[in-house]
Amino acid sequence: MTYARALRCRRCGREYPLEAFSICDFCFGPVEVVYDYEAIAANMTKDTVVAAPWTMWRYKDLLPVGDKVIDIGSTVTPLVKADNLGRRLGLKDLYVKNDCVNPTNSFKDRVVAVAVSRALDFGFDTVACASTGNLANSVAAHAAKAGLKAFVFIPADLEQGKVVGTAIYGPNVVTVKGNYDEVNRLCSEIAENYNWGFVNINLRPYYSEGSKTLAYEVAEQLGWRAPAYAVVPAASGSLYTKIWKGLGELHKIGFIGNVGTRMFLAQAAGCSPIVDAYKSGSTQVRPVKPNTIAKSIAIGNPADGFYALKVIKESNGGAWAAPDPEIIDAIKLLAETEGIFAETAGGVVIACLKRLAEAGAIRDDGPTVAYITGNGLKTQEAVLGALTPPTLVEPSFNSFEAALNGKGRQG
Amino acid sequence: MAKHRVKFTFPQELISNPIIYNLGMRFKVVTNIRRADVSADRGWVELELEGKKEDIEKGLQWVNAQGVRVDPVGGDIVEG
Ligand SMILES: Cc1ncc(COP(=O)(O)O)c(C=O)c1O
Ligand SMILES: [Zn+2]
Repeated sequence: MTYARALRCRRCGREYPLEAFSICDFCFGPVEVVYDYEAIAANMTKDTVVAAPWTMWRYKDLLPVGDKVIDIGSTVTPLVKADNLGRRLGLKDLYVKNDCVNPTNSFKDRVVAVAVSRALDFGFDTVACASTGNLANSVAAHAAKAGLKAFVFIPADLEQGKVVGTAIYGPNVVTVKGNYDEVNRLCSEIAENYNWGFVNINLRPYYSEGSKTLAYEVAEQLGWRAPAYAVVPAASGSLYTKIWKGLGELHKIGFIGNVGTRMFLAQAAGCSPIVDAYKSGSTQVRPVKPNTIAKSIAIGNPADGFYALKVIKESNGGAWAAPDPEIIDAIKLLAETEGIFAETAGGVVIACLKRLAEAGAIRDDGPTVAYITGNGLKTQEAVLGALTPPTLVEPSFNSFEAALNGKGRQG
Repeated sequence: MAKHRVKFTFPQELISNPIIYNLGMRFKVVTNIRRADVSADRGWVELELEGKKEDIEKGLQWVNAQGVRVDPVGGDIVEG
């Protein structure tokens, strides 16, 4: 049972049955899932949500999945009141949505859970993706649970940690020799020629809907209201636009009042095609060659860039790009104030949040939510050179005290 | 026969070159332009290519070597 009604082209409005494809045959625009919101509103109440298990599936009625879903043990993730960080940034009502704690340590478990559940419904025996890490980890894990074959394509120069975090689940890992554009071109060709469920290609309309749960959970955790400000990292721009869509849906079914959230989009300065377009007042995103430590969000030609620009405008939000050194400082700042170790994408969010607060674009007139979407243990290389080295001592009390006095007492 | 959808992004200096024409002629690929936006300083074209898989592949390598960026329609395929 699903309330998803059709796929609709976001460009020309043509409707299609709920099948496995992502691009309108007629105009090449992206297609999106549309729902029967009246039926949803008639069936889903805050009480039924609150009574449901503490997982993203409590919002299943708003997702394009049937009765059987693939679940590797995700829970609703914490919304942490970030008072220490807030003091440093001059924000009293600051929250961190901590998606580091998902089963494969990034928000991708939300989107992949929907895509792989759908892949089973469609009868695919193989799921696939092209990824620089987070997506690969999650696809491999969900395929294992679903009993599906998996093909995961990654660039040949990927860090070992990311390869291990994928290979452990037993998929076919294919490493591609070549630069980013070549990997892209190859994978798009493979996707056109094999009857596989590519989670972010032919399953993309379903996949991307999973991100909406990051809007639903936050609204519930804030006591059924939308935040005043949201800061969201953007690679393809899908997560950013879907959080906006999710908030709008909660209003549509009567769960929350008007959505006044000002949506801020965060990218790394070394790959900021959406921010650049926003700053130059253009509605067209020009592809760039990525060059940043924030590899998980380094997408040079973002599929949802155009729609992300629309959301910036509609929500009266904004966009910012953080240079690499600020990303590293921000990872440390979040860790040292809130005890949360984020990956580089989280550093991008906190660095942008800091700048936006300094510039007065984000103020203290309502709750601000910073979306932290991935775990720092995955990108340790990024901060390795920026940490205070440990203190080495002999196994004796004197040696310890000598070292301590030498350094001066801390705290 | 294979079909392949791609997006070409042209830098300023290549906008006036007949690259799509040459792709069709040299590689025996049928080029069907579906959307395009070309201005004085930049341009992109989305098109569907039809031909033998090897011809399409060789043709795209040639287009790329001319300095045109070749992307899948609908944006990058590799995700974080
Ligand atoms: C950690 C992390 N955050 C954010 C994103 C943004 O994803 P997108 O804008 O493509 O939805 C990604 C994925 O690419 C990611 O890996
Ligand atoms: Zn269309």
